[in-house]
Amino acid sequence: MTTAVSTRLRQGTLGTSAVRPDANAKVSGSFAFSSDMWADGMLWGATLRSPHPRARVVSIDVSAALAIDGVSCVITADDVPGQLTYGLIAQDQPVFARIGDEVRYVGEPVAAVAADHPETCRRALAAIRVDYEVLDPITDPEVCIAGTEDLLHPDGNIFREQRVVHGDQSITGEVVVEGTYVIGMQDQAFLGLEAALALPDHDGSGVELYIATQWLHEDRKQIAACLGLPEEKVRLVLGGVGGAFGAREDISLQVHTCLLALRTGRPVRIAYDREESFYGHVHRHPASIWMRHHADRDGRIRRVEARVVFDGGAYCSTSPAVLVNGISQIQGPYKCPSALVESWAVRTNNPPCGAMRGFGVVQACFAHESQMDKLAAAIGVDPVEIRLRNAMETGDVLVTGQIVDDVAPVERCIRETAALPMPPLSPDSDDYRDIPGGSGLTADRRHIRRGVGWGVSIKNLMYSEGFDDYSTARCRMDDGVVTVKFATAEVGQGFVMLAQQIARSVLGVDEVLLDTIDTQIGSAGSTSASRQTWMSGGAVDAACRAVRERLLDLVADRDGLDRSSLTIDDLDITDGLSYRRSVVDAARGLRIDETAEYRHPPTEDLDQNGQGNCHVAFAFVAHRAVVDVDVDLGLVKVVQVATAQDVGRVLNPLSCVGQVEGGIAQGLGLAVMEEIVVADGLVRNPSFTDYLLPTFLDAPEVVATFIEEFEPKSPLGAKGVGEPPCISVTPAIVNAIRQATGRDLPRVPVRPSDICL
Amino acid sequence: MSVLVPRSLSEALDLLRSDPSATLLAGGTDLMVEINLHDRRPRSVVSLSRIDELKTFHVGDDVVTIGAAVPYADMEHGPLAEALPALAQAARTVGSPQIRAAGTLGGNLGTCSPAGDGLPVLAALDAVVHVVGPDGDRHIPFNDFMVGVKRNSLAGGEIIRSVSIPRSDCWQGYAKVGSRNAMVIATASLCLSRSSSSVTVALGAVGPTIIRAIDAESWLADACDLSLKVPSDVASEFADRVAASARPIDDHRSTAAYRRHAVRVLARRLLERSES
Repeated sequence: MTTAVSTRLRQGTLGTSAVRPDANAKVSGSFAFSSDMWADGMLWGATLRSPHPRARVVSIDVSAALAIDGVSCVITADDVPGQLTYGLIAQDQPVFARIGDEVRYVGEPVAAVAADHPETCRRALAAIRVDYEVLDPITDPEVCIAGTEDLLHPDGNIFREQRVVHGDQSITGEVVVEGTYVIGMQDQAFLGLEAALALPDHDGSGVELYIATQWLHEDRKQIAACLGLPEEKVRLVLGGVGGAFGAREDISLQVHTCLLALRTGRPVRIAYDREESFYGHVHRHPASIWMRHHADRDGRIRRVEARVVFDGGAYCSTSPAVLVNGISQIQGPYKCPSALVESWAVRTNNPPCGAMRGFGVVQACFAHESQMDKLAAAIGVDPVEIRLRNAMETGDVLVTGQIVDDVAPVERCIRETAALPMPPLSPDSDDYRDIPGGSGLTADRRHIRRGVGWGVSIKNLMYSEGFDDYSTARCRMDDGVVTVKFATAEVGQGFVMLAQQIARSVLGVDEVLLDTIDTQIGSAGSTSASRQTWMSGGAVDAACRAVRERLLDLVADRDGLDRSSLTIDDLDITDGLSYRRSVVDAARGLRIDETAEYRHPPTEDLDQNGQGNCHVAFAFVAHRAVVDVDVDLGLVKVVQVATAQDVGRVLNPLSCVGQVEGGIAQGLGLAVMEEIVVADGLVRNPSFTDYLLPTFLDAPEVVATFIEEFEPKSPLGAKGVGEPPCISVTPAIVNAIRQATGRDLPRVPVRPSDICL
Repeated sequence: MSVLVPRSLSEALDLLRSDPSATLLAGGTDLMVEINLHDRRPRSVVSLSRIDELKTFHVGDDVVTIGAAVPYADMEHGPLAEALPALAQAARTVGSPQIRAAGTLGGNLGTCSPAGDGLPVLAALDAVVHVVGPDGDRHIPFNDFMVGVKRNSLAGGEIIRSVSIPRSDCWQGYAKVGSRNAMVIATASLCLSRSSSSVTVALGAVGPTIIRAIDAESWLADACDLSLKVPSDVASEFADRVAASARPIDDHRSTAAYRRHAVRVLARRLLERSES
C-alpha cells in the first residue's frame, strides 16, 4: 500500500500568500496610523522653522508667543537638557538652532510650542520673533569639493571622500564610452505623515513615545541622549506607520515631542502636514556621476572610471554610507577587473539628504545602465546581448575587491525577463488612458513612438562596513498559545505577516499572536536595507525553533517518548509510529519562553583605496521597460515593465508582487516626474500639487517572475525583496525613451522639455 | 472662522451685504488648499453649496446655461457633455474624481487662475458670465471677465450665478499638457472651435489671463477656406501665430519656451483633429 504524501503548503505558512493581520483594518480604514493617536488632556505641538537656507541666529524672542492664551510653553535650544545635536552617523544636527549659531537649510527647527489647539500653535509660531543675519548659502557641491575657507559647520564641508582603486590601473579598452549623469532629488513621499504622541511619566522622570519610525532602538538612543535621560526612562512604542522608504530613519519630531511633554507634564502630539513633511525628513541625494567604460572589441568591460558627487545637504544623516553603497556597486552586476573611482558626499545649504529605498545604488545604477546602452551602441550589439556578455556570476569580484559569494543569477534575471511577453504593439482602442498625455487628450496614436529599454542592477542587503547589525525576537508558547515579540518596525512591508508565517511553519500551529512592537525587547535593527526578512526573519525563526526543541523535550519527558524520533508534522507532534497529537493539545500545561538574536557574518570598512569586504550579501534584478513617447510634446506613458528578480525563495507570493509593483512605480516616478525642485536652497514644490507622484494612469502593467535559487547564507533561504524593484527600472525607462527619441537624456527625472526642445 | 450656509441666492446676497469681506466657497478646491497651506485665514466664509438655483443647468436650443455650483463631475457625461464636448474634455482633466465631484465652474471663475481648466473653453466659445449683486444683474462676456492673474471684474458683494454658452454646430475640442497623465495642473492648455468660416482659439496657463489668439484666428479665416481641409503650410503658420500670442513664464512647473512650444503643437493638432 502506498500513501500519497501531500506537498501542499498549509495556508498561512511560509510560501503561501498569507493574509496580513492588519489587512482588513487598513483596507476598511480602521487601522490607527500614528497621525490618528490621541490622549486625554493632550496638547498640540508645532515647530518653528528657518525660512533661510543659511543665516546666523541673532536673537529669539518668545515672549509674545507665551502671552497668547492657550499656549503652554515655548522651547528653544536653551531648553534641551542633554546633548544638543543628534544624527545617525555623526551627531551634527541641532535639536534647535542655537543663538549665535547658523541655520543651515530652509526648514531647520528653531523653536517649538505646545498649546491647546493647532490653531493656537500656528499663532504662537507667528508671534515668535527671530532675528537672523542672512548669509550667502553654498548650494553647489563642487564649491565644497574644490575647497573653500567658508565652512558651513565645525565638522567641515565634506561628509566623506572615498577613492576606489582596483586591479591593474594601466588597463585601457579598445572601445571607450563616457558620459555625465545627473539625478534629481527624490522624496520618499510616504502617505502617512510624521506624527508622534509623547506621554510623560507622572513624576516627570521619563517619557513614553508612540512614534512612526523605522528603528525604535536607534531613535531611543538619540532621544535619550538629547533629553539627558537614561535609555530605560525613554520607552518607545511603534505607532501605525504609513510607509517609510528611508525617510523615517532620522530623527524628525521625536525629541521635540518628548521635550514638550516633559516640560508641560501633559501628553503632547505633533503631526506634520504635507508641506512640513517635505522639510521634516531627509531626501534621496541628488547626484552627478561621470563614468568612463573601457571594453574590448566584443564589449567585455575591462575597466570603469567614475567621479561621483552626492549632495548631502546641510547635515550628515547617512551620507557616508549612501556614498559607499553607490560607489561599491558602480560597476553594476557585471564583471569588471579594474576600476578607479573618486567620490564625495558633501555638505551644502540644500535640504538634508539621507536614506531612500535603493540607498545610493539608484544613482549609481542610472549611470552604469546608461553607459551599458552606450557601450552596446558602440559595439553594435543590442542592449540584452551587452548585458549578457558581462553578467556577473557567483565568485566574481566587486571593485572593492569583495568576492560575491552569493547566489548571483544575473544571466537568468536577464534571460527570464526577456522571455516575458511584450505588450501588443498598439492597443486596439484609442482610449486616452493608454496614450501619453492621458486625460489631457494631447495626442493621437499616430503621434506616438515606442521604445524598449533595459536596466539590470545589483543591490547589497543589510548594513555594511563593520556595523554590528543584529535582530532580536522572542517566542512564547503558553498552554498552546504562541506569541511572538520583536521590535521590528512594521512600516507596511508586512513583517507582521511574515513573523506569523514563520511561527506557523516552525511550530505547527495556525494561531499566532503578535505582541506590541516596542522597546521592551532587544533591538531588531532598522527596517531598511532590504534586511528585515533576513535579519528579523532569522531571529523569529531561531526563537521559534528554540521553542520547538524545548516543546519536544518536554513532551518526550512527559509522555515517555523517544525524543530523537519526535517531529512536528503539519499541525501534529508525532514519533512516526503510534504517537500523533496536535501541537496545541500536546502543549497544554506547558510554558516555554525563548529569546534569540540573529547576527549576520561581520563586514569590514573600506580602506583608503576603497578595498574591503564591506557588504553582507547581494540581490539582483533585471527590468525591461516599454514606453510610448509623444516626441513633439515630450510626454511619456510607460506601457509595461517586465522584471525577473532574484529573491532566493518566495516566502509570500502576494507580498513579493506588492514590493515589485510598488518599487516599479517609485522608480518610474524618478524616471519621469518626481523631483524636489530646489533653487538657491529653497524648495519650490513642497506639496503633492507640484511634487508629482505616478497616478494609476501613469503606472504600467507589471509582468514579474521570481528567480528562486535558495540562498544558503540566509536563514530562510530568502533575500530581501524591497529595494531591487525600484533601482534598475529607472534607467530601463530612460533607456526606452532614449531608444524612442534618439535623445541623450543624461538627467532624471526626464522632463517633457528634455525630449522635445 | 464662521461658515455661513445660505439656502437661496438672495440670502447669500444679504450675507455678503452685511459682511462684504466674507469669502465665497464654491467647491473649495482652491480655497481649502490655501487655508490648509495657511496662506489664507478668512474671518467668514459663505458657502454656496446648498443653493439649489446655482446647482442646476439647462441645455436649450440656442444656449447652454450652467449654474455656478454645478460640479465638474456633471459636465463629464450626459446632456452637458453632449452639448459641449470641449467642456466635457476639460472637465475630465480636472484633478481626481473626488475633486471633480467638488470643484465647480463658478469656483474656477471666482479664482480666475490662468491654469483654470474650464476657462479656455469659456473663452473659445464666447461664454457670458451672469452675476447678481446689490445693484442688480450683470452679464459679462468671459473675455472681459478675467482681467489678470487671479483677478476678475466682479464688484464687491457680487456673486456668480451662472455661465451661458451659445450652442452651435461648430467642432470643438480641448487639450491640456501636464507632466503627468492625469490629475495635474496645466502647463499649457488650449480650446479650439471651428465652423465652416471661422476658428476661435483660447490658451490657458501661458499668460496672466486666458488668451484668445485673435490674430491667428482672423489670419486663418483669411488664409484658407475653412470648409475644406486646411493646407499643411497654412496649418503650420496658424500654429506659429497661436504660439506667438502666448505670454508664458518660467516657473517650477515648466519653462516659457516649453509652454510656447506646447501651444504650437496643440494648435496644430486640434486643427487637424477638427478635420478627422
